[in-house]
Amino acid sequence: MMQVSDDPKTAGSKSIEGGAPAIDIQQVTKSFGAQRVLDGVSFQVRRGETLAVLGRSGTGKSVLLRIIIGLQSPDSGAAMILGTNMAEASDREISDVRMQMGFLFQHAALYDSLTVEENVAFPLVHHRKEMSDSERLDRVSELLKEVGLDGQGNKMPADISGGMQKRVGLARALALGPVILLLDEPTAGLDPISSGEIDELVLKLQQEHQLASIVVTHDMVSAKTIATRIALMDKGKVVIEGSFDDLQKSDEPFVAQFLRRDF
Amino acid sequence: MSSTAYEELRPNPIIGMLEWLGELGSFVWSVLRAAVTPPFQVQEFIRQLDEIGAKSFPLVALAGSAIGVVLALEAHSSLVRFGAKSLLPATVIFSVITEMSPIITGLIISGRVGAGIGAELAAMKVTEQIDAIEASAVDPEKLLAATRICACIIALPLLTLVASFFGVLMGWVATSFLEPISLVRFVNDGFKGANFKDFLPPTFKTCVYGMIIGTVSSYQGMRAKGGAIGVGSAATTSVVLSSLFVILADVILVKVILLLFP
Repeated sequence: MMQVSDDPKTAGSKSIEGGAPAIDIQQVTKSFGAQRVLDGVSFQVRRGETLAVLGRSGTGKSVLLRIIIGLQSPDSGAAMILGTNMAEASDREISDVRMQMGFLFQHAALYDSLTVEENVAFPLVHHRKEMSDSERLDRVSELLKEVGLDGQGNKMPADISGGMQKRVGLARALALGPVILLLDEPTAGLDPISSGEIDELVLKLQQEHQLASIVVTHDMVSAKTIATRIALMDKGKVVIEGSFDDLQKSDEPFVAQFLRRDF
Repeated sequence: MSSTAYEELRPNPIIGMLEWLGELGSFVWSVLRAAVTPPFQVQEFIRQLDEIGAKSFPLVALAGSAIGVVLALEAHSSLVRFGAKSLLPATVIFSVITEMSPIITGLIISGRVGAGIGAELAAMKVTEQIDAIEASAVDPEKLLAATRICACIIALPLLTLVASFFGVLMGWVATSFLEPISLVRFVNDGFKGANFKDFLPPTFKTCVYGMIIGTVSSYQGMRAKGGAIGVGSAATTSVVLSSLFVILADVILVKVILLLFP
Protein backbone atom coordinates (compact mmCIF):
# COMPACT_ATOMS: atom_id res chain seq x y z
CA MET A 1 0.00 0.00 0.00
CA MET A 2 1.25 3.50 -0.73
CA GLN A 3 2.41 5.66 2.13
CA VAL A 4 -0.06 8.48 2.05
CA SER A 5 -0.62 11.16 4.62
CA ASP A 6 -0.45 9.15 7.82
CA ASP A 7 2.79 10.69 8.98
CA PRO A 8 1.94 13.77 11.07
CA LYS A 9 5.19 15.42 9.92
CA THR A 10 4.06 15.38 6.32
CA ALA A 11 0.34 15.18 6.67
CA GLY A 12 -1.92 18.08 7.50
CA SER A 13 -2.11 17.40 11.18
CA LYS A 14 -4.00 20.66 11.70
CA SER A 15 -6.90 19.26 9.71
CA ILE A 16 -7.06 16.06 11.66
CA GLU A 17 -6.86 17.45 15.17
CA GLY A 18 -10.30 17.90 16.66
CA GLY A 19 -11.96 16.78 13.41
CA ALA A 20 -11.52 20.22 11.87
CA PRO A 21 -12.30 20.32 8.16
CA ALA A 22 -9.37 19.92 5.79
CA ILE A 23 -11.14 22.22 3.32
CA ASP A 24 -13.32 25.05 4.57
CA ILE A 25 -14.75 27.29 1.84
CA GLN A 26 -16.35 30.40 3.33
CA GLN A 27 -18.61 32.64 1.22
CA VAL A 28 -16.23 32.66 -1.75
CA THR A 29 -17.01 34.99 -4.64
CA LYS A 30 -15.12 35.37 -7.90
CA SER A 31 -15.87 37.43 -11.00
CA PHE A 32 -14.19 37.74 -14.38
CA GLY A 33 -15.12 41.15 -15.70
CA ALA A 34 -18.86 41.49 -15.39
CA GLN A 35 -19.41 37.74 -15.10
CA ARG A 36 -19.71 36.42 -11.56
CA VAL A 37 -18.69 32.76 -11.64
CA LEU A 38 -18.76 32.10 -7.88
CA ASP A 39 -21.33 33.83 -5.72
CA GLY A 40 -21.01 33.13 -2.01
CA VAL A 41 -20.00 29.47 -2.19
CA SER A 42 -19.51 27.74 1.16
CA PHE A 43 -18.86 24.11 2.12
CA GLN A 44 -16.54 21.96 4.19
CA VAL A 45 -14.77 18.70 3.46
CA ARG A 46 -13.29 16.54 6.20
CA ARG A 47 -10.72 13.79 5.87
CA GLY A 48 -12.31 10.60 4.59
CA GLU A 49 -15.00 12.54 2.71
CA THR A 50 -15.37 12.98 -1.02
CA LEU A 51 -17.43 15.90 -2.24
CA ALA A 52 -18.52 15.78 -5.87
CA VAL A 53 -19.18 19.22 -7.34
CA LEU A 54 -21.56 19.11 -10.28
CA GLY A 55 -23.10 21.76 -12.45
CA ARG A 56 -23.40 23.14 -15.93
CA SER A 57 -20.31 24.22 -17.85
CA GLY A 58 -19.10 27.67 -16.86
CA THR A 59 -20.56 27.61 -13.36
CA GLY A 60 -17.14 28.07 -11.76
CA LYS A 61 -16.39 24.51 -10.66
CA SER A 62 -12.84 24.46 -11.98
CA VAL A 63 -12.24 28.01 -10.72
CA LEU A 64 -13.23 26.74 -7.28
CA LEU A 65 -10.51 24.08 -7.43
CA ARG A 66 -7.96 26.66 -8.61
CA ILE A 67 -8.88 28.87 -5.64
CA ILE A 68 -8.47 25.93 -3.26
CA ILE A 69 -4.96 25.21 -4.52
CA GLY A 70 -4.06 28.91 -4.63
CA LEU A 71 -3.71 29.32 -8.39
CA GLN A 72 -6.36 32.04 -8.21
CA SER A 73 -7.56 34.29 -5.40
CA PRO A 74 -11.20 34.85 -4.48
CA ASP A 75 -12.60 38.38 -4.73
CA SER A 76 -14.09 37.92 -1.27
CA GLY A 77 -14.54 35.13 1.24
CA ALA A 78 -11.86 32.66 2.23
CA ALA A 79 -10.54 29.27 1.19
CA MET A 80 -9.18 27.80 4.44
CA ILE A 81 -7.07 24.79 3.54
CA LEU A 82 -5.62 22.81 6.45
CA GLY A 83 -6.22 25.93 8.54
CA THR A 84 -4.41 28.26 6.12
CA ASN A 85 -6.18 31.06 4.28
CA MET A 86 -4.75 30.60 0.77
CA ALA A 87 -5.45 34.19 -0.29
CA GLU A 88 -3.55 35.71 2.63
CA ALA A 89 -0.79 33.14 3.14
CA SER A 90 2.85 33.80 2.33
CA ASP A 91 4.50 31.99 -0.60
CA ARG A 92 6.15 29.63 1.88
CA GLU A 93 2.86 28.80 3.61
CA ILE A 94 1.12 28.22 0.27
CA SER A 95 3.96 25.95 -0.78
CA ASP A 96 3.69 23.96 2.48
CA VAL A 97 -0.06 23.50 1.96
CA ARG A 98 0.37 22.54 -1.70
CA MET A 99 2.78 19.80 -0.71
CA GLN A 100 -0.12 18.21 1.15
CA MET A 101 -2.47 18.45 -1.81
CA GLY A 102 -2.67 16.42 -4.99
CA PHE A 103 -4.29 17.92 -8.07
CA LEU A 104 -5.43 15.95 -11.12
CA PHE A 105 -5.96 18.42 -13.96
CA GLN A 106 -8.80 18.01 -16.46
CA HIS A 107 -6.41 17.09 -19.29
CA ALA A 108 -3.88 15.53 -16.89
CA ALA A 109 -1.33 18.33 -17.69
CA LEU A 110 1.57 15.89 -17.89
CA TYR A 111 4.96 17.39 -18.70
CA ASP A 112 5.28 16.37 -22.33
CA SER A 113 9.08 16.52 -22.39
CA LEU A 114 9.33 14.00 -19.54
CA THR A 115 8.60 10.27 -19.52
CA VAL A 116 5.74 8.82 -17.48
CA GLU A 117 8.24 7.83 -14.79
CA GLU A 118 9.81 11.31 -14.70
CA ASN A 119 6.36 12.89 -14.50
CA VAL A 120 5.48 10.87 -11.43
CA ALA A 121 8.92 11.49 -9.93
CA PHE A 122 8.67 15.27 -10.46
CA PRO A 123 7.28 16.19 -7.01
CA LEU A 124 9.70 13.74 -5.35
CA VAL A 125 12.72 15.23 -7.16
CA HIS A 126 11.79 18.69 -5.95
CA HIS A 127 10.52 17.96 -2.44
CA ARG A 128 12.11 14.70 -1.29
CA LYS A 129 15.74 15.54 -1.92
CA GLU A 130 16.80 13.14 0.85
CA MET A 131 15.56 10.21 -1.28
CA SER A 132 18.21 8.28 -3.15
CA ASP A 133 17.68 7.56 -6.85
CA SER A 134 16.81 3.93 -6.14
CA GLU A 135 14.34 4.91 -3.38
CA ARG A 136 12.71 7.35 -5.77
CA LEU A 137 12.48 4.73 -8.49
CA ASP A 138 10.93 2.27 -6.06
CA ARG A 139 8.37 4.85 -5.00
CA VAL A 140 7.52 5.71 -8.61
CA SER A 141 7.14 2.01 -9.48
CA GLU A 142 4.89 1.57 -6.45
CA LEU A 143 2.71 4.51 -7.52
CA LEU A 144 2.50 3.33 -11.14
CA LYS A 145 1.56 -0.15 -9.96
CA GLU A 146 -1.11 1.34 -7.72
CA VAL A 147 -2.75 3.09 -10.69
CA GLY A 148 -2.39 0.04 -12.93
CA LEU A 149 0.47 1.27 -15.10
CA ASP A 150 3.20 -1.10 -14.02
CA GLY A 151 5.98 -1.25 -16.63
CA GLN A 152 4.78 1.84 -18.56
CA GLY A 153 7.29 4.22 -16.98
CA ASN A 154 9.51 4.70 -20.02
CA LYS A 155 6.71 5.84 -22.34
CA MET A 156 6.18 9.48 -23.24
CA PRO A 157 2.80 11.08 -22.40
CA ALA A 158 2.03 11.48 -26.12
CA ASP A 159 2.35 7.71 -26.58
CA ILE A 160 -0.34 6.70 -24.07
CA SER A 161 -4.13 6.96 -24.14
CA GLY A 162 -6.22 9.65 -22.42
CA GLY A 163 -7.26 7.24 -19.69
CA MET A 164 -3.65 6.26 -19.05
CA GLN A 165 -2.66 9.92 -18.92
CA LYS A 166 -5.29 10.49 -16.22
CA ARG A 167 -3.83 7.56 -14.28
CA VAL A 168 -0.32 9.03 -14.56
CA GLY A 169 -1.71 12.37 -13.41
CA LEU A 170 -3.30 10.62 -10.46
CA ALA A 171 -0.03 8.85 -9.58
CA ARG A 172 1.78 12.20 -9.73
CA ALA A 173 -0.90 13.81 -7.54
CA LEU A 174 -0.36 11.07 -4.94
CA ALA A 175 3.46 11.12 -5.05
CA LEU A 176 3.99 13.24 -1.93
CA GLY A 177 1.35 11.44 0.11
CA PRO A 178 -1.29 14.19 0.15
CA VAL A 179 -4.01 14.79 2.70
CA ILE A 180 -6.25 16.47 0.12
CA LEU A 181 -6.98 15.26 -3.40
CA LEU A 182 -8.57 17.54 -6.00
CA LEU A 183 -9.84 15.95 -9.21
CA ASP A 184 -10.94 18.15 -12.11
CA GLU A 185 -13.22 16.10 -14.34
CA PRO A 186 -11.30 12.84 -13.96
CA THR A 187 -13.57 10.96 -16.36
CA ALA A 188 -14.09 13.70 -18.98
CA GLY A 189 -13.41 12.51 -22.51
CA LEU A 190 -13.07 8.86 -21.52
CA ASP A 191 -15.14 5.93 -22.73
CA PRO A 192 -17.56 4.39 -20.17
CA ILE A 193 -15.21 1.48 -19.40
CA SER A 194 -12.20 3.74 -18.78
CA SER A 195 -14.43 6.09 -16.75
CA GLY A 196 -15.53 3.16 -14.61
CA GLU A 197 -11.92 2.11 -14.08
CA ILE A 198 -10.92 5.63 -13.02
CA ASP A 199 -13.91 5.74 -10.63
CA GLU A 200 -12.91 2.43 -9.07
CA LEU A 201 -9.33 3.61 -8.74
CA VAL A 202 -10.34 6.88 -7.05
CA LEU A 203 -12.70 5.00 -4.73
CA LYS A 204 -9.98 2.50 -3.81
CA LEU A 205 -7.42 5.24 -3.12
CA GLN A 206 -9.98 7.16 -1.14
CA GLN A 207 -10.85 4.17 1.05
CA GLU A 208 -7.20 3.22 1.58
CA HIS A 209 -5.86 6.66 2.41
CA GLN A 210 -8.81 8.52 3.92
CA LEU A 211 -8.20 11.65 1.87
CA ALA A 212 -10.31 14.78 1.86
CA SER A 213 -11.31 14.87 -1.80
CA ILE A 214 -13.20 17.16 -4.13
CA VAL A 215 -14.20 15.83 -7.53
CA VAL A 216 -15.45 18.28 -10.13
CA THR A 217 -17.46 16.40 -12.71
CA HIS A 218 -20.39 16.47 -15.11
CA ASP A 219 -20.80 12.74 -14.72
CA MET A 220 -23.60 11.93 -12.26
CA VAL A 221 -22.86 8.20 -12.42
CA SER A 222 -19.27 8.87 -11.45
CA ALA A 223 -20.36 11.26 -8.67
CA LYS A 224 -22.79 8.67 -7.30
CA THR A 225 -20.04 6.04 -7.30
CA ILE A 226 -17.21 7.92 -5.63
CA ALA A 227 -18.73 10.75 -3.61
CA THR A 228 -19.96 10.74 -0.04
CA ARG A 229 -21.71 14.06 -0.72
CA ILE A 230 -22.73 15.93 -3.85
CA ALA A 231 -22.89 19.71 -4.30
CA LEU A 232 -24.87 20.91 -7.29
CA MET A 233 -23.94 24.37 -8.56
CA ASP A 234 -25.86 26.79 -10.72
CA LYS A 235 -25.07 30.42 -11.55
CA GLY A 236 -22.14 30.48 -9.13
CA LYS A 237 -24.12 29.22 -6.14
CA VAL A 238 -24.43 25.83 -4.47
CA VAL A 239 -28.09 24.95 -5.11
CA ILE A 240 -28.07 21.82 -2.98
CA GLU A 241 -25.52 19.82 -1.02
CA GLY A 242 -26.16 16.35 0.32
CA SER A 243 -26.21 12.67 -0.51
CA PHE A 244 -27.49 11.36 -3.83
CA ASP A 245 -30.73 10.42 -2.07
CA ASP A 246 -31.09 14.02 -0.85
CA LEU A 247 -30.76 15.20 -4.43
CA GLN A 248 -33.40 12.75 -5.60
CA LYS A 249 -35.79 13.93 -2.90
CA SER A 250 -35.24 17.60 -3.69
CA ASP A 251 -38.10 19.54 -5.23
CA GLU A 252 -35.75 22.20 -6.69
CA PRO A 253 -36.57 22.41 -10.43
CA PHE A 254 -32.88 22.73 -11.40
CA VAL A 255 -31.96 19.60 -9.41
CA ALA A 256 -34.78 17.63 -10.98
CA GLN A 257 -33.79 18.86 -14.43
CA PHE A 258 -30.14 17.91 -13.84
CA LEU A 259 -31.01 14.42 -12.59
CA ARG A 260 -33.51 13.84 -15.41
CA ARG A 261 -30.85 14.63 -18.04
CA ASP A 262 -28.44 12.15 -16.51
CA PHE A 263 -30.82 9.28 -16.01
CA MET B 1 -21.29 48.89 -34.79
CA SER B 2 -20.83 52.67 -34.96
CA SER B 3 -17.32 54.05 -35.33
CA THR B 4 -17.56 55.65 -31.88
CA ALA B 5 -18.44 52.36 -30.27
CA TYR B 6 -15.60 50.71 -32.16
CA GLU B 7 -13.16 53.36 -30.90
CA GLU B 8 -14.29 52.66 -27.34
CA LEU B 9 -13.67 48.94 -27.69
CA ARG B 10 -10.30 49.22 -29.42
CA PRO B 11 -7.51 49.08 -26.80
CA ASN B 12 -5.34 52.17 -26.53
CA PRO B 13 -1.89 51.14 -27.85
CA ILE B 14 -0.02 53.46 -25.49
CA ILE B 15 -1.85 52.14 -22.44
CA GLY B 16 -1.33 48.60 -23.74
CA MET B 17 2.41 49.21 -24.09
CA LEU B 18 2.66 50.75 -20.61
CA GLU B 19 0.74 47.80 -19.17
CA TRP B 20 3.09 45.40 -20.95
CA LEU B 21 6.15 47.20 -19.60
CA GLY B 22 4.69 47.28 -16.09
CA GLU B 23 3.91 43.58 -16.16
CA LEU B 24 7.35 42.83 -17.61
CA GLY B 25 8.94 44.82 -14.77
CA SER B 26 6.95 42.86 -12.20
CA PHE B 27 7.92 39.59 -13.93
CA VAL B 28 11.63 40.57 -13.91
CA TRP B 29 11.46 41.39 -10.21
CA SER B 30 9.84 38.07 -9.28
CA VAL B 31 12.26 36.10 -11.49
CA LEU B 32 15.21 37.94 -9.97
CA ARG B 33 13.94 37.15 -6.48
CA ALA B 34 13.38 33.52 -7.42
CA ALA B 35 16.81 33.24 -9.05
CA VAL B 36 18.72 34.26 -5.91
CA THR B 37 16.62 32.25 -3.45
CA PRO B 38 17.56 28.60 -2.72
CA PRO B 39 16.90 25.89 -3.71
CA PHE B 40 18.65 26.50 -7.03
CA GLN B 41 17.55 24.55 -10.10
CA VAL B 42 21.07 23.54 -11.13
CA GLN B 43 20.07 20.53 -13.26
CA GLU B 44 17.57 22.51 -15.30
CA PHE B 45 20.09 25.35 -15.68
CA ILE B 46 22.70 22.94 -17.10
CA ARG B 47 20.09 21.44 -19.42
CA GLN B 48 19.21 24.91 -20.69
CA LEU B 49 22.87 25.83 -21.10
CA ASP B 50 23.20 22.81 -23.38
CA GLU B 51 19.96 23.62 -25.21
CA ILE B 52 20.71 27.33 -25.68
CA GLY B 53 24.51 27.27 -25.88
CA ALA B 54 25.83 23.98 -27.23
CA LYS B 55 23.00 23.43 -29.71
CA SER B 56 23.41 26.95 -31.15
CA PHE B 57 27.12 26.36 -31.81
CA PRO B 58 26.85 25.22 -35.47
CA LEU B 59 24.50 28.04 -36.42
CA VAL B 60 26.64 30.70 -34.76
CA ALA B 61 29.85 29.26 -36.25
CA LEU B 62 28.28 29.34 -39.70
CA ALA B 63 27.06 32.92 -39.26
CA GLY B 64 30.48 34.00 -37.93
CA SER B 65 32.17 32.40 -40.93
CA ALA B 66 29.84 34.19 -43.32
CA ILE B 67 30.50 37.55 -41.65
CA GLY B 68 34.27 37.00 -41.92
CA VAL B 69 34.10 36.14 -45.62
CA VAL B 70 31.74 39.00 -46.52
CA LEU B 71 33.73 41.56 -44.53
CA ALA B 72 37.01 40.47 -46.11
CA LEU B 73 35.58 40.67 -49.63
CA GLU B 74 33.86 44.02 -49.10
CA ALA B 75 36.74 45.60 -47.18
CA HIS B 76 39.31 44.41 -49.73
CA SER B 77 37.45 46.07 -52.57
CA SER B 78 37.16 49.38 -50.66
CA LEU B 79 40.66 49.43 -49.19
CA VAL B 80 42.31 48.69 -52.52
CA ARG B 81 40.47 51.66 -53.97
CA PHE B 82 41.91 53.96 -51.25
CA GLY B 83 45.38 52.37 -51.30
CA ALA B 84 45.03 51.05 -47.75
CA LYS B 85 45.24 47.34 -48.49
CA SER B 86 47.60 46.76 -45.57
CA LEU B 87 44.77 47.65 -43.18
CA LEU B 88 42.68 44.70 -44.35
CA PRO B 89 43.50 42.31 -41.43
CA ALA B 90 42.81 45.01 -38.83
CA THR B 91 39.59 46.05 -40.56
CA VAL B 92 38.31 42.49 -40.68
CA ILE B 93 39.34 41.57 -37.12
CA PHE B 94 38.13 44.79 -35.49
CA SER B 95 34.82 44.76 -37.37
CA VAL B 96 34.18 41.11 -36.59
CA ILE B 97 35.06 41.25 -32.91
CA THR B 98 33.78 44.66 -31.89
CA GLU B 99 30.43 44.77 -33.64
CA MET B 100 29.51 42.15 -36.19
CA SER B 101 29.89 39.01 -34.06
CA PRO B 102 28.03 40.39 -31.01
CA ILE B 103 25.06 41.75 -32.94
CA ILE B 104 24.77 38.81 -35.35
CA THR B 105 24.99 36.35 -32.45
CA GLY B 106 22.35 38.37 -30.59
CA LEU B 107 19.99 38.34 -33.56
CA ILE B 108 20.54 34.68 -34.39
CA ILE B 109 19.92 33.64 -30.79
CA SER B 110 16.85 35.90 -30.71
CA GLY B 111 15.52 33.86 -33.63
CA ARG B 112 16.51 30.37 -32.62
CA VAL B 113 16.30 30.53 -28.83
CA GLY B 114 13.71 33.30 -28.50
CA ALA B 115 11.25 31.40 -30.66
CA GLY B 116 12.08 28.14 -28.89
CA ILE B 117 11.58 29.50 -25.38
CA GLY B 118 8.47 31.47 -26.34
CA ALA B 119 6.79 28.52 -28.05
CA GLU B 120 7.80 25.92 -25.44
CA LEU B 121 6.63 27.95 -22.44
CA ALA B 122 3.47 29.05 -24.26
CA ALA B 123 2.61 25.43 -25.06
CA MET B 124 3.21 24.54 -21.40
CA LYS B 125 1.01 27.43 -20.33
CA VAL B 126 -1.97 26.61 -22.55
CA THR B 127 -1.86 22.91 -21.63
CA GLU B 128 -1.81 23.75 -17.89
CA GLN B 129 1.68 22.27 -17.42
CA ILE B 130 2.85 25.50 -15.77
CA ASP B 131 -0.16 25.38 -13.44
CA ALA B 132 0.72 21.75 -12.68
CA ILE B 133 4.25 22.80 -11.73
CA GLU B 134 2.84 25.49 -9.42
CA ALA B 135 0.32 23.04 -7.97
CA SER B 136 3.26 20.74 -7.16
CA ALA B 137 4.65 23.55 -4.93
CA VAL B 138 7.46 24.30 -7.39
CA ASP B 139 7.97 27.91 -8.47
CA PRO B 140 7.61 27.95 -12.30
CA GLU B 141 9.39 31.30 -12.56
CA LYS B 142 12.39 29.79 -10.81
CA LEU B 143 12.30 26.47 -12.68
CA LEU B 144 11.42 27.70 -16.16
CA ALA B 145 12.24 31.41 -16.48
CA ALA B 146 15.23 32.00 -14.18
CA THR B 147 17.13 29.00 -15.54
CA ARG B 148 16.57 30.04 -19.16
CA ILE B 149 17.48 33.68 -18.53
CA CYS B 150 20.69 32.74 -16.65
CA ALA B 151 21.62 30.24 -19.39
CA CYS B 152 21.13 32.95 -22.05
CA ILE B 153 23.29 35.41 -20.06
CA ILE B 154 26.13 32.87 -19.81
CA ALA B 155 25.77 31.40 -23.33
CA LEU B 156 25.70 34.63 -25.35
CA PRO B 157 29.29 35.82 -24.70
CA LEU B 158 30.58 32.28 -25.25
CA LEU B 159 28.71 32.02 -28.54
CA THR B 160 30.00 35.47 -29.50
CA LEU B 161 33.55 34.19 -28.99
CA VAL B 162 32.70 31.28 -31.29
CA ALA B 163 31.33 33.66 -33.95
CA SER B 164 34.40 35.89 -33.59
CA PHE B 165 36.79 32.93 -33.91
CA PHE B 166 35.14 31.65 -37.07
CA GLY B 167 34.75 35.18 -38.42
CA VAL B 168 38.46 35.88 -38.09
CA LEU B 169 39.39 32.44 -39.42
CA MET B 170 37.17 32.66 -42.49
CA GLY B 171 38.12 36.33 -42.95
CA TRP B 172 41.70 35.14 -43.28
CA VAL B 173 40.67 32.35 -45.69
CA ALA B 174 38.80 34.84 -47.91
CA THR B 175 41.67 37.33 -47.74
CA SER B 176 44.12 34.59 -48.69
CA PHE B 177 42.22 33.94 -51.89
CA LEU B 178 42.56 37.61 -52.86
CA GLU B 179 46.02 38.35 -51.43
CA PRO B 180 47.99 35.36 -50.16
CA ILE B 181 48.87 35.98 -46.47
CA SER B 182 49.81 33.60 -43.66
CA LEU B 183 47.43 33.21 -40.71
CA VAL B 184 50.13 34.33 -38.26
CA ARG B 185 50.77 37.52 -40.20
CA PHE B 186 47.04 38.17 -40.65
CA VAL B 187 46.48 37.86 -36.90
CA ASN B 188 49.59 39.83 -35.94
CA ASP B 189 48.70 42.67 -38.33
CA GLY B 190 45.08 42.60 -37.24
CA PHE B 191 45.75 42.78 -33.53
CA LYS B 192 48.63 45.28 -33.78
CA GLY B 193 48.06 48.09 -31.30
CA ALA B 194 44.96 46.44 -29.91
CA ASN B 195 44.42 45.58 -26.24
CA PHE B 196 41.84 43.76 -24.15
CA LYS B 197 39.62 46.80 -23.69
CA ASP B 198 39.04 46.80 -27.44
CA PHE B 199 37.59 43.31 -27.37
CA LEU B 200 36.29 42.41 -23.90
CA PRO B 201 33.52 45.02 -23.52
CA PRO B 202 31.97 44.26 -26.95
CA THR B 203 32.00 40.54 -26.19
CA PHE B 204 30.58 40.86 -22.70
CA LYS B 205 27.89 43.34 -23.74
CA THR B 206 26.17 40.27 -25.16
CA CYS B 207 25.34 39.27 -21.56
CA VAL B 208 22.77 42.09 -21.80
CA TYR B 209 21.47 40.64 -25.07
CA GLY B 210 21.16 37.27 -23.34
CA MET B 211 19.22 38.83 -20.50
CA ILE B 212 16.89 40.54 -22.98
CA ILE B 213 16.29 37.41 -25.08
CA GLY B 214 15.73 35.14 -22.05
CA THR B 215 13.50 37.60 -20.22
CA VAL B 216 11.32 38.72 -23.14
CA SER B 217 10.77 35.23 -24.55
CA SER B 218 10.11 33.66 -21.11
CA TYR B 219 7.64 36.42 -20.32
CA GLN B 220 5.86 36.14 -23.67
CA GLY B 221 5.65 32.36 -23.29
CA MET B 222 4.42 32.34 -19.68
CA ARG B 223 1.64 34.88 -20.33
CA ALA B 224 0.33 33.11 -23.45
CA LYS B 225 -3.41 32.59 -23.74
CA GLY B 226 -5.59 30.51 -26.03
CA GLY B 227 -4.57 27.42 -27.96
CA ALA B 228 -2.39 27.06 -31.04
CA ILE B 229 -2.90 30.73 -31.95
CA GLY B 230 -1.59 31.79 -28.54
CA VAL B 231 1.48 29.58 -28.91
CA GLY B 232 2.20 30.91 -32.41
CA SER B 233 1.71 34.47 -31.28
CA ALA B 234 4.04 33.99 -28.28
CA ALA B 235 6.76 32.54 -30.52
CA THR B 236 6.45 35.38 -33.04
CA THR B 237 6.37 38.20 -30.50
CA SER B 238 9.29 36.63 -28.63
CA VAL B 239 11.46 36.81 -31.74
CA VAL B 240 10.29 40.23 -32.87
CA LEU B 241 10.57 41.91 -29.47
CA SER B 242 13.86 40.20 -28.57
CA SER B 243 15.45 41.26 -31.87
CA LEU B 244 14.12 44.80 -31.55
CA PHE B 245 15.35 45.21 -27.97
CA VAL B 246 18.74 43.67 -28.84
CA ILE B 247 19.22 46.26 -31.60
CA LEU B 248 18.12 49.09 -29.29
CA ALA B 249 20.40 47.81 -26.52
CA ASP B 250 23.27 47.70 -29.01
CA VAL B 251 22.85 51.38 -29.81
CA ILE B 252 22.97 52.27 -26.12
CA LEU B 253 25.77 49.86 -25.22
CA VAL B 254 28.07 51.02 -28.04
CA LYS B 255 27.81 54.57 -26.71
CA VAL B 256 28.31 53.43 -23.10
CA ILE B 257 31.36 51.34 -24.04
CA LEU B 258 32.89 54.25 -25.97
CA LEU B 259 32.35 56.51 -22.95
CA LEU B 260 33.73 54.04 -20.41
CA PHE B 261 36.60 52.70 -22.55
CA PRO B 262 37.65 55.66 -24.75
